[in-house]
Amino acid sequence: MEVRRKERIDRGIKVRSEGIYVVSSLKEMLYVAGPRLFLIVGLLLLPLVLEMAPYWKRVVNIMCVYGLLAISFDFLANIVGLVCLGGAMFIGVGGYMTAIFNVYLHCPVYLAIPLAGLSGAFICTILLLPCLSLRGVYFAIVTLMYPLLFTRIIEALNILGGTNGITGLDSFPNPYLENYVIIILLLVFMFGLRRLVDEDIGLVLRGIKDNDQSVRASGINVTHLKALAVFIASFIGCLGGAYLAHLYMWAGLSLFALDFSIIPIAAVTIGGGGSMMGAVLGTFILVPLSEFLRFFGTFRIVIYCLILTGFIVFKSEGLLTYFARKYDQFERWAKI
Amino acid sequence: MSILSVENISKTFGGLKALMSVSFSVKQGEIYGIIGPNGSGKTTLINCITGFIKPESGKVYFQGSNIQGWPAHKIARAGIARTFQVMRPYYSLPAYKNLIIPLWSPRARAIGGWRGGGKHGDRDTVAVDILEEIGFERDSRVPYKLASTLPTGYLKRLELARCIALRPEIIFCDEVFSGLSASEVAGMLPLIEKLKMEGITLIMVEHRLKELFKVADRVMALQFGEKIAEGHYKEVIADPRVKEAYLGSEEV
Repeated sequence: MEVRRKERIDRGIKVRSEGIYVVSSLKEMLYVAGPRLFLIVGLLLLPLVLEMAPYWKRVVNIMCVYGLLAISFDFLANIVGLVCLGGAMFIGVGGYMTAIFNVYLHCPVYLAIPLAGLSGAFICTILLLPCLSLRGVYFAIVTLMYPLLFTRIIEALNILGGTNGITGLDSFPNPYLENYVIIILLLVFMFGLRRLVDEDIGLVLRGIKDNDQSVRASGINVTHLKALAVFIASFIGCLGGAYLAHLYMWAGLSLFALDFSIIPIAAVTIGGGGSMMGAVLGTFILVPLSEFLRFFGTFRIVIYCLILTGFIVFKSEGLLTYFARKYDQFERWAKI
Repeated sequence: MSILSVENISKTFGGLKALMSVSFSVKQGEIYGIIGPNGSGKTTLINCITGFIKPESGKVYFQGSNIQGWPAHKIARAGIARTFQVMRPYYSLPAYKNLIIPLWSPRARAIGGWRGGGKHGDRDTVAVDILEEIGFERDSRVPYKLASTLPTGYLKRLELARCIALRPEIIFCDEVFSGLSASEVAGMLPLIEKLKMEGITLIMVEHRLKELFKVADRVMALQFGEKIAEGHYKEVIADPRVKEAYLGSEEV
């Protein structure tokens, strides 16, 4: 019997467009820049396309917040090797910080959000500092516990508005700003993180995931770098939280909801980890999907779970990895 | 002039006395061998000196200052590099990218990479230079292959390359010859000599005694965590306690 096997070969255009010579041909430049341009232009046009559907514009905003959480999870888990279930913590801390700055200290929105991002990231990093030297599952457990801790503290001590939350946050001056603030934040951080990962410091971070003992033997303080990575990731998450608080004009206990921890992980699983773009692709599928499924009432969770399981079983490598392979390589049957 | 002197290092794991008051000192530019049967505490000694585990007592003087109790990264930054017995390359990175991490470290950035290069953007070139120096064929694809696809011989060299990239004063080699064929070891000996010429002090833990004795200036023998002999290798292997440790005593 004839034995055959599938082999994958790089497309000619992929090989030609590697390295600096790509600039010699428009077609090859388009090949390289195409997917990125598609994402950037598509995302920037989205609010204009959805002009007639304000509800869906809102969904896009929330989708981008989840996108920020997903890239922050992807960066920590698949680059640095810290599995962080703290999406809810970042959102909650960011949301409450911006409420404090905006309502109590009367900072305008454009000042309150960055301040909340920085101070929130600072708080999250300090809180996570003690468990950075731990390896394995401990970090994940602690990050999962903090949101619960915060809700109980706020409830029990009746501080920061107690169960009612802090109301009366400023909204964005106009709906376009509301859309574009978060879209641009997402694009900047996605490409920014990809750039960071390709730099030498990104290699060191990947080294920590691979083998932290060797990094230590190279005279590099692993805990410092992990703290830096947590700061970057929580800064991104806290900005998302601050934005969300201004979108709702309210900061309350539901900002610490478990959804903010779980959906980003599901999104990275669907989209494929390690590339940041996969995380964004995952959220762009999951969040609108859960909106469509509202039609089914409470039954939507069942369908949602089935779709998620299907993705994990049949495309566990992640959609972006799959698409990237189809884009760069072709397959053929070869005799052996 | 001793560059490193270790005084009365002791370490116990539960009830097991892994190291009992071990002392030795190493001169600048020397190749110092540490031998001993399995479980005699050789790797534990390296771990204690390089800060990966904390000894119960004892002092380690490096260039005059006591480094015992420093965290591992600080000791490495001071100039003490080490290889791992169980190789620890960055498997998900190409071989030459493995060296970017030590080249990026504060020490290598401060004093410049291999032969002064690599201070700024050209770390990739310096990395390939080091790999070539250590026996990776420059024009082949080997330096660019993923570390997870390399055979043991190359991985052992990569461990050493990672140490060299740090521009160390001392390299602790934890069994760099083990798992290699005789011809591969023969290929590595000139490299060891070359590092000595560069002025680097090497402390080699080794089971391959024949090859070790070709390069080592002095040798220390350990058994059950105790130093039983030290000196030129001929004196050490002539010592009755060393013979007993390796071959067993006559009365059982």
